[in-house]
Amino acid sequence: MTTAIEVRGISKQFVLRHTRSIKEAFVWLVKGRKGDLSKKFHALDDVSLDVRQGESVALLGLNGSGKSTLLKHISGVMLPDDGTVRTRGRVAGLIEVGAGFHPDLSGRDNVYLNGAILGMTEQQIDDLFESIVDFSEIGQFIDTEVKFYSSGMYLRLAFSVAVHTNPEVFLVDEILAVGDEPFQRKCIAKIMELAAAGKTLVVVSHDLDLVAQVCERGVILAHGKIIFDGPVHDAVAHLRGGSI
Amino acid sequence: MSTSELTTPGLGAGLRDVLRSRFLLKLLVAKELKVRYRGSVLGILWSYVKPGVQFLVFWFALGVFLGMNRNTENYAIYLFSGIVLINFFNEALGNASRSVVGNGGLIKKIYLPRELFPVASVWVSAVHFLPQLLVLLVACLFAGWTPGFFQIFAAVAGFTIVALLATGLGLFFGAANVYFRDSENFVDMLLMIATWASPVLYTWTMVRDGLATAFSAGAASVLLVIYQANPLTIAVELFHFAFWLPTTSEITDPLIAAPPNLLDMWLPIGLGTALLVTIFGQWTFRRLEGRFAQEL
Repeated sequence: MTTAIEVRGISKQFVLRHTRSIKEAFVWLVKGRKGDLSKKFHALDDVSLDVRQGESVALLGLNGSGKSTLLKHISGVMLPDDGTVRTRGRVAGLIEVGAGFHPDLSGRDNVYLNGAILGMTEQQIDDLFESIVDFSEIGQFIDTEVKFYSSGMYLRLAFSVAVHTNPEVFLVDEILAVGDEPFQRKCIAKIMELAAAGKTLVVVSHDLDLVAQVCERGVILAHGKIIFDGPVHDAVAHLRGGSI
Repeated sequence: MSTSELTTPGLGAGLRDVLRSRFLLKLLVAKELKVRYRGSVLGILWSYVKPGVQFLVFWFALGVFLGMNRNTENYAIYLFSGIVLINFFNEALGNASRSVVGNGGLIKKIYLPRELFPVASVWVSAVHFLPQLLVLLVACLFAGWTPGFFQIFAAVAGFTIVALLATGLGLFFGAANVYFRDSENFVDMLLMIATWASPVLYTWTMVRDGLATAFSAGAASVLLVIYQANPLTIAVELFHFAFWLPTTSEITDPLIAAPPNLLDMWLPIGLGTALLVTIFGQWTFRRLEGRFAQEL
């Protein structure tokens, strides 16, 4: 099997305090540059991970364990301080759907804008437009400004655009809680369909049952390190056992 | 199975990526244009009203009260051709400097060529510049303007200089603004200076004579060269050459109406400087963009 995502020993440090005033910097300089001007912490600490093509991987862990940060490194939004990340084929994220939506534009304009942001060409969006609108169940409201949409409609449309982008690698961050239950089931069915079609999936979620349903492999992170990597059921059992 | 190679995500090709994502650029520009005047009755007419009122204020204050009308032929056209260009620069640079922080929500979540945002800002300003240029052209035609090859060439060159300069500085200040919000305030100050540090409201001969009275001959000539090397001065003079000079009669001495060596020396210098600024802006932008997602 070919590798879809290759993460080699990446580390990422975040600065804890960002306030920079001339006064502070001056005091720090006068005191002979003692200590760090700002405290840092490791969001990721020497993380290595290989994902094969067609695999579906769940990233699990408590809040602040580095799951989303790892996902951002895979998508290229962040660059690691150390180590390398390499991916094969087009990577697209269902990362906080609707990030590219503008409230004052109509649903139609937003489909085009968001599709283009996620890397689709004009031709692709034209071809898939009907399908996107159908999936979202927005119907006649497609030409209304999205600021008048209910939050459920908004998320449905955004999710619909994202699943139609058709990349090789799919990154999913905590968006499976979209809309009402029927739509949620539809989303999960769609994601499983993508997995069955040989797409690589990386999912971040706190919904352990759902993750166990969608993914086959589970990776647990704690304090920026991988502490478990194995079949998803074992990973879920590990987390539920509270042994971290 | 895909046969493509493993690549490192998040490393773009800079401005070349913008060329590749023309469709996205088009949509971003269309979005800005739609959103700009949302909910206003006058809508796109504001793009005419604001420069129109600004022109009237300057024309009364400088042309009538300070007497520029008497010593400059067709001062209204002289003034307006400079104002439209400097307005383009002000709007383009002002918006480009804020564009990266303004689109922070997107930059934090999805990877896309971030140069798109400053470039889109400059593009939007160019779209607003066009109707003003149209008004200028109509006024020029009424004043007996007949364009020749050199006039069109000078106008295109002037526009290119300003567009490149705004893109380069926009990339630089847009990226710097992510780390230090002082950047956008600094740009506001810079824009205020830009209007007065180029011959928009007055003529270049006043600068020459003013410097000669205030300083010794040597210092005055050095200062004049510095003043003229400002790419904005060159661009504004090119616009004067293209639009205002052909409308003047024999009262205006063509030898001093435009600075000497405008086309054969100052134009290449202006274009070269603007190009260098663009390269510098792109270079700093690429060095700083790696940490955008965590700093925003």
